[in-house]
Amino acid sequence: MPQLRMTGRGLWITALIVPPLAFVALFIVYPIVSAFAYAFFDWQGLKRLDFVGLENFHTVLFVEPYRSWTINAFKNNVIVFFALMVLQNGLGFILAYALWRELPGARFHRIAVFLPVVLSTIIVAYLFKLFYHPLFGVVNITLKGIGLGWLAQPWLGQSGTALGSIIVAQAWHMVGFPTLVFLAGMQRIPSEILDAVRMETESEWVKITKIVWPLVAPSATIVFTLLFVGAFNWFELPYIMGGLDGSPFGSTDVLGLYFYRTAFGNVSAGQQDFGLGSALAVLIFIFIAIVAGVITTRLRAREIQL
Amino acid sequence: MSAAATNYYDRKGLFATLGRDGMLQIILIANTVLMLAPIVIMVFSAFKTTPEIFKSPFGLPDFTQVANFVKIWSETNFLRYLLNSFVVTGASMVLILTLGTMAAYALGRYAFTGSSFILMFFLAGLTLPLKLAIIPLFMLMRDLSILNNQLSLIFVYTAMGLPTTVFIMTGFIRSLPNELEDAARMDGASEARIMWAIMLPLVRPAMVIAGIQNVVPIWNDFFFPLVFIQNDNLKTLPQGLTTFMGEYTTDWGVLFSGLTLSTAPIILIYIVLSKQFIAGMTSGAVK
Repeated sequence: MPQLRMTGRGLWITALIVPPLAFVALFIVYPIVSAFAYAFFDWQGLKRLDFVGLENFHTVLFVEPYRSWTINAFKNNVIVFFALMVLQNGLGFILAYALWRELPGARFHRIAVFLPVVLSTIIVAYLFKLFYHPLFGVVNITLKGIGLGWLAQPWLGQSGTALGSIIVAQAWHMVGFPTLVFLAGMQRIPSEILDAVRMETESEWVKITKIVWPLVAPSATIVFTLLFVGAFNWFELPYIMGGLDGSPFGSTDVLGLYFYRTAFGNVSAGQQDFGLGSALAVLIFIFIAIVAGVITTRLRAREIQL
Repeated sequence: MSAAATNYYDRKGLFATLGRDGMLQIILIANTVLMLAPIVIMVFSAFKTTPEIFKSPFGLPDFTQVANFVKIWSETNFLRYLLNSFVVTGASMVLILTLGTMAAYALGRYAFTGSSFILMFFLAGLTLPLKLAIIPLFMLMRDLSILNNQLSLIFVYTAMGLPTTVFIMTGFIRSLPNELEDAARMDGASEARIMWAIMLPLVRPAMVIAGIQNVVPIWNDFFFPLVFIQNDNLKTLPQGLTTFMGEYTTDWGVLFSGLTLSTAPIILIYIVLSKQFIAGMTSGAVK
């Protein structure tokens, strides 16, 4: 291997590699490293004051009212993750299985299921906000139209239904992603295996649980991990549909909103605190890194090499 | 076994197959209706007046009635937002593809000390949720005096797009054959000339995949403009929509046409290039 000399080829390689590296270093690595440092200082507006050790972490975890805010937001993120696991990834697997059979119209169905994925989350949020409108939204109008008028309610206006309604909008937006990742996984199953299975069993259930599901394990690993990271970074939909405060009564508050509100302030509280915000960011970051790491290694272990 | 018995079993198998496929087909059709209905309702409502939307939300509109769109054209900053989105997305894509190809070419075609470390450095950026570093990013943009300037968005998007682009393109460039390159080198072509004239035309397919994977999230992004941009004339489309939706809360016809106008470019491109979109957007997740 030639040494990297600052002549000829060495210079050429350096010229190619340095500008892109500089971008990643300056706008990704440096901010993330700084986020950790910021959390150990006291801040006043944009001014950094004294080093305070772990005090910011202590405040967001153990001092009221931050403690209950943190717990409430975290609890909602957990709900979002598990609900989307069923609505988005579960439904995605079923749809992928249906598409995989290449029935008439499969191409059209595939394009349709992925269409919402390319839309901006902001557009999805506003669209569903209009649909959920208590009086004029199509959801309640449809319910009344099919004789289920007693089910009509202010979906986003009451604590019991707000988070669930936003989760449904998210599932509509993103279900196409796991569907097509699972579909790609299924299409990679060798046909000899499928022929062999057809000789052994007639049962669709056995085929799905014992053959297809284990063989799409690599797709599942990726889809689960991405959903986990996405669920704990959730911001746009609750921001538009529930508001920055997670209305009503914090029922749609999630860590992303809470972090943003703490760092940059909101209209009602107005107070912004970079120290507490950074502490939250670091905690969320570590939590995501650890759990995503565990999920990935656990799920990788059950993948079968073909 | 008698012929009749064989027939009987055959028929049973056929029925079972039809039954299962029939059920799967019903699931697919129901799902497609659910996926398309919101978009169809949105487009229909864009051509209705607000009282019409309230009275018959599902009815076919009169498609010649474009008063809502005229209102958006003449009364709002909508076109400015659209133009800003084109500028920011376009500049980011040019930077991402240029810088990404440069890095991927260096990593994929040359063996040099530290190359695997540099690749790891890029890949580390793949998994880090940059949203959580928004406070230091905000301070950085302030120090660079590009807060409230679209350069802040272009720089962040470029940095965010590079890891996936380098990842996709390094693998592709590495897999290209050596013969052409070696022949050109024998003829005395310079390294830059080999890259530009011989190798780059070959990497176009990978550029399309990497381009689509990045263009959709950048076009749709809301979070970074929310933090970096305050000036209404500099807002991108998703951020401008929040201003617009706030101003016209009761005029549902205008709201729906605003949403329709903002989705139209991406839906139209998606319908034409659906295969590339699906391949591009799932390329990180499909090995």
